[in-house]
Order: sequence, then C-alpha cells, then structure tokens
Amino acid sequence: MSTKEISADPFTKIWKFFTSVRLTIVLLLTLAATSIIGTLIPQNQSPDDYFNAFGAFLYRLFNVLGLFDLYHSWWFQTLMLMLAVNVLVCSLERLSATWQIIFTSRPKFTISRFRRLPQKEEFTIDSPAEQLITRYQTIISHNFHYLRVEETDNGYAIFAEKGRWTRIGVYIVHASVILMLVGGVIGSIFGFEGFVNIAEGDTVQRIRLRNSGNMRQLDFAVRCDDFNVSFYSTGAPKEFRSSLTILEQGKPVLSKDIIVNDPLHYKGISIFQSSYGELPAQRQEFQPPDEITLSFTSKATGMIYEKKAIIAQPIEIPEGLGKFVIDQFSNTYNFRGQDLGAALIGTLHQINGTSVEVVLPIKFPSFDKMGPIFNKARNDDVIISVSDVNVKQTPAAVRYYTGLQIARDPGVWVVYTGFILMIIGCYITFFMSHRQICVEVNETGDRCRIMVAGTANKNKLGNERKVKKIAHTLVHDERDA
Amino acid sequence: MSGSYILSLVTFIYGAAGFFYIFAWIFRKPAVGTLATWTAILGFIGNTAGILIRWVGSYKLGIGHAPFSNLYESLVFFAWVIALIYLIIERKAGNRLIGAFSAPIAFLALAYAALKPGITSDIQPLIPALKSNWLIAHVITCFIGYASFAIAFGVSSMYLIKYGRDDEQISWMDFVKPLILFVMVSLFSRVLFVGSWALSVIMALPICFVFYAVVLLVRRMPADIQNRLLDRFPEDQVLDELSYQLIVLGFLFLSVGIITGAVWANSAWGRYWGWDPKETWSLITWFIYATLLHARMMRGWHGKRIAFLSILGFAAVLFTYFGVNLLPGLHSYGGM
Repeated sequence: MSTKEISADPFTKIWKFFTSVRLTIVLLLTLAATSIIGTLIPQNQSPDDYFNAFGAFLYRLFNVLGLFDLYHSWWFQTLMLMLAVNVLVCSLERLSATWQIIFTSRPKFTISRFRRLPQKEEFTIDSPAEQLITRYQTIISHNFHYLRVEETDNGYAIFAEKGRWTRIGVYIVHASVILMLVGGVIGSIFGFEGFVNIAEGDTVQRIRLRNSGNMRQLDFAVRCDDFNVSFYSTGAPKEFRSSLTILEQGKPVLSKDIIVNDPLHYKGISIFQSSYGELPAQRQEFQPPDEITLSFTSKATGMIYEKKAIIAQPIEIPEGLGKFVIDQFSNTYNFRGQDLGAALIGTLHQINGTSVEVVLPIKFPSFDKMGPIFNKARNDDVIISVSDVNVKQTPAAVRYYTGLQIARDPGVWVVYTGFILMIIGCYITFFMSHRQICVEVNETGDRCRIMVAGTANKNKLGNERKVKKIAHTLVHDERDA
Repeated sequence: MSGSYILSLVTFIYGAAGFFYIFAWIFRKPAVGTLATWTAILGFIGNTAGILIRWVGSYKLGIGHAPFSNLYESLVFFAWVIALIYLIIERKAGNRLIGAFSAPIAFLALAYAALKPGITSDIQPLIPALKSNWLIAHVITCFIGYASFAIAFGVSSMYLIKYGRDDEQISWMDFVKPLILFVMVSLFSRVLFVGSWALSVIMALPICFVFYAVVLLVRRMPADIQNRLLDRFPEDQVLDELSYQLIVLGFLFLSVGIITGAVWANSAWGRYWGWDPKETWSLITWFIYATLLHARMMRGWHGKRIAFLSILGFAAVLFTYFGVNLLPGLHSYGGM
C-alpha cells in the first residue's frame, strides 16, 4: 500500500505531473522525432507545390496536422511549452533542497559515511597525532576552501570541502533554456522579419513581412545608393556590397556599406544583405543613324536603285517615281500591337500628288511590300526598303537591385543571455563538482592510523584519483619531514 | 601546396595505427601496442602539419582563411580532434584497447575525405556567407563535439561487445535489433556512399549479413578464446563512465557549436534560429544527448541503455554532418 498522500487538488496533480523526469525524457525524444518530419517536408512552400507533390488527400491531411509549418504548429509549440514548464517545475521543486545544502553556515560531515566508502586510503605513521595536525591542515587547505577539525574518540578528523556552490550549475542550465524560449517568444510578439528589394538609386519605406506577406511601414526610409557584386576567378561570388543611406523625413542621417555578415543597425532595426538581382533589361537604345542606304524597287521595270539618304533631306526616286524624305528615326514602332523595333518613318510624295507615310522597320526590310495593301492611298509603283543603316547602340548599363532582410528582434539579448548562461551552466554542471574529503587520524600509542576518503557529487572516478593523490602527498610529507 | 599530399599519407598512418591497435588486442602483443601508440602520435603530428600547411597555403594563394571551410577541411579537423582526444584518453586510462575502436574512425574520416567523389581537396576561396570570425569558432566547437561523440560511440560499442549479453536484457530489442540495423545501414549507405535508395538497400543486405555472421562466429567460439579477446577490455563501470565523460564533453561543445552558429546566423541572415534542416538536426542531436544525460543522472540508467542511446546519438551526429546535404537548406555550401 502506498503511504503517499493522494491529493484531489488539480493544481497539485498538475504540479506532480510536471515534476517527472520521465516526462522530460518523453518530451525530448518526442521533440527529436517530430522535428525530423519538418526536415523531410520542405517548410513554408506555396500550397500549389504541396498539392502537386502530395496529391489531394495527403495535402489535406498534412495541412490539418500543420506539417507545412511544423515548428510553428500548435502541437509542436505545445510540446515546447510543456518542456519549458517541465524544466521550470522540476527546477523549482528541487531548488529549495539544493538551496539549503548550498547556503548552510556549517556544512555537515558524517564520519561514518566516509568510513563506509569502498575506496579509501589507509596507512600508519610513526608520529604523534598533534605533530600531524598543522601540516595536514596546510596540505588539505591547498585544495579545499572550507576546512574544519573535529575531535573523535581517539584522535581527530579533518573535514574539508570545496565547490558546494557548483550544485547550482544545473539550475543555471535550466534557467538558460527558459530564457532562450522567453527570448524567442518576445521576438515573435514584438519583433518582425521582412524583406525588400531596392533598385540602385531607389528609396523605400515599406517592406514585406515574411510570415504574413503584409506590408509594413518603417519609421525611416532606406535608399540604395549602389550595389556591387564581385566574383573570384573560379566564378564563385566573392562579395555582395550595398551602399545604403537611411533617410529621416527625406534627410540622410546615416550611410553605410553593408556586406553579408556585416549588417546595418538603426533604431533597433537591422538591415542585412540577403540577395541581389538584375533589373529586367531596359529597351536597347539606338541613336539616330547618320548614314542610311535605301533601295527603291520599281514595279514597272523591276530595277532596284540604291541611294544614300540623310534624315530630313528629300531624295528623288529614279524613273521619276516621286520624292522620299525620312522624317524621323524611332526606337520603337508598334504595328497592330506588335513591336517591330527601331524604324525609319518617312513621307513619300507620289507622282499623283498625294503624300503617304512610309514606315521602314530596320529589322524587317520587306515590310514596305505590304504598304500598298494596308494603305489604299499608297500607289504600288515603288517599294522602299532599308538596305544598309549604321545604327549605334548605346550600351545598356546593367542595373542591379539589392535584396535586403530587415528585422527587429527585441528578444535577441534575452536569448544571448541564455546562450552565455547555457555555456557557463554546462561547464559548472559537467566539469565542477562538490567534493568533500575526510582525513581521520586515530592515535594508538605513539603511532597514528590514518584514513583518507573523499566523496563527490559528480565524476566519482576522477575524485578517487584526486583523493589517492592527496593521500600520497600526506604519506610523503611525513617521510620528508 | 595544399598539404593534401601529407594528409593522404596521414590517412595511411592512421590506418596502420588502427591495424596495430587491433593486432595488439587480438594477438596480445604489447610491443605492437607500443608501436600503435607511436604510429598514432606520428599520424597526429602529420595531421597537425597538414592543417598548418593548408592554412599557410591559403594565404599564399591570396585567399587566406583558416582551413575549416568545407567538407574536406572539416573531415581533416575531425580526424585531428579524434586523434588528440584518443591519445589523451590512452595516457590517462592507460588502456590501448580503446585505440582499436578510435583510430579506425580517424582513418575512415580521412579515407572518406580522400576517396568520396565530389569532395575536393583544393583550397577554395570563401563565399560571402562564410566570411565571418564566427566560422572558426563554430566549426572548431562543433567538431570537438562530434569527435567526442565519435569516441563515445567507439567506447559504447566496446561496452556492448563485452557486456551486451550479460547486462540486463531488453527483450523487445532482440526482435527489432536486426531491423534497426538494416534500416540504419541502408540510410547511411545512401547518405555516405551511393546515389540511390535501391542501391543502398542492396548494399545494406550483405553488410548486415556479414555483421551477424561475425557475431554468430564469435558466439560459437570456445569460451576461453572469447575470454582471451575480451578479458582486457576495461571494466563495465570504467567503460560506462568513460563514455559518459566523453558525451558530457561533446554535449558542452555541441551546445557551444549550436550557440556560435546561432550568433553567426543572426549576424548574417538576421535570425538566430530558422529551423533550417542542419539547425534542426543539430538540435535533434542535442535532444538525444540531453535525454541520455537526464536518463543517466536523474533516472539512474547505466550500461546497455546508455550505450544504445550513445550509438543513436552518434547516428544523429552523422546525419547532421552528412545526411543534411540530401535535404534543402542554407547549409548546402557545407557539401562540396
């Protein structure tokens, strides 16, 4: 029959549930196992991609289970919350006992406990007990901070200990876990994470949030003055550099070049170099040509005449077929919704006295063959085409945009505090221990029987070695003296 | 000069050291054991020299960076830490048998780096994301952690070889053990060696078969021969304590490794944690070892259960290290 008090109080029941280390083990292994799923299914993709990859049934099932954003799903967050509560409750439950052990004015030593230890060093020395006491105290106090001598039936016992405070280590580790989780929650409530693409020379004040996809207005504007990408000879990228300027009410207040791993911080908001790209190619610009050769095909004779032409200078068409003047050069010509590119646009003064517009797209020399078909006013006695034109292309400058990640995370310092505590706490917990030693001196006649025994709350094998070493020193100290 | 000539030599030296350790164990030749130790020390010196030459070499190429930036360099460093930790253990514990289960891991790491197609030993310039002082801290701490777990895996295997049958029996394990072994071998054949799942399953069959054949052969041996093989293994408490110490060391460094990685990610991408597969897998590894530590310290698990957890943890380490390259994510530059 259990003698445990069974309480109906639901709070006590919940508290008891969370004090279990078995729960910790179950939670840790469950978190480990479920985390795997999120690395197998790519997270936060578009629903279309999932639908195509998994089909209708699995898509609906996975969607309900939150597997497409697993780490933010309600059940995963619940597991994390349970772990946090578990860690907190376990720590609080044990802390009061540990507290009493740590903060005691007079540590308790029980000599029978040391006598019962399986590993202890025992030896005999031919000196009276009083001669040994000061020397032994000096040697022991080299290694232990606290030392006390107690009288025994036929001699005395030196008790010493160190590292009592290291029992707090595990609580530091647990506090660090809680801090990291709290920092994460602060970040997700009060922070944001967004991105924006800024073309060189442009200024933006609105960014798109990563989670919701909504736009967010910043308190300041960001201008991208310049973006540069450099490459190694292997073709691997060497550096992405954006020159940014922060503007407050249109006035520049801060300029900085950012590269990957070196962000800009302003008013608690950090701006990171994240990606880049080229803007969609601009229309190629042509300069008006200075030398043009046109060819005129006479319908009556079939003869082809080539003539040099200059913009705005009328030329006589052979066989007396009229006059032609190039009025202008256009970078684009739109024909029935179709962009035909650069074109010469001119006027043909026909022999019947009428004038018609003639378009000569540079890329399509036989375009004018259709001229008389589309334009009733156009006589078909002469067809004009461009046989040679010297157009200069202005080099189109590549324009980049820089992709910036813009984030604010007020929880990050809480998390970083957790990081530091985690490292310190782990070190204390695993590599430091609360060690006690007892040197018992029993006087029998003019000889002393000496026992050296030690305990530690951790790394017992290592402690045994240290106790052996101290015993060794004590023996040799006597021989040397 | 990239030091890869010296490092390929070191591969053979570690191989020889492993061979000598195993030879000294099976044929009980202490002289060969001494030779094994000196060979391992020689390998360690060569390994150190190889890393340093590579470091200097990268500066001569004008792309100077510490040699911890790609899979090849991390494997070389991994082998170096294994050799260092093992030699310290050998000195402290005074037992060369652990060498038979540690030196081969260092050898396999270097041999894999040299032989696996697609792992280049060229010194490569750093891409923008890797240009950070956190790179060195992150890689060094992670690999000290991984190396500790690797040796803990070796020690746990020793525990199971010697005490796997006399320790408490976990009955359901007997039925699922061959299945788990088969799944694990298939998984890691795919992760480490071959490009298709079908091939890895085909590969796993003979491997498991050979494994059980050896187990059966050893069990059929006369008791005195079995005893001759196992009697100089450290005692169960020593093995258990040693693997625990290594896991504690690894856990501290894994924690620091994850933390430095998080701080780095925050300065590079503006978030300290993004559930990227590599991050997630390192956390899974951390969860497994955290389980082990709580089970051992708070629930008094010892021996076989801890040994199995240690092996499971090392499988997670291997998957974090190699397997994640099969999954999409930001760490993909760790691949080649």
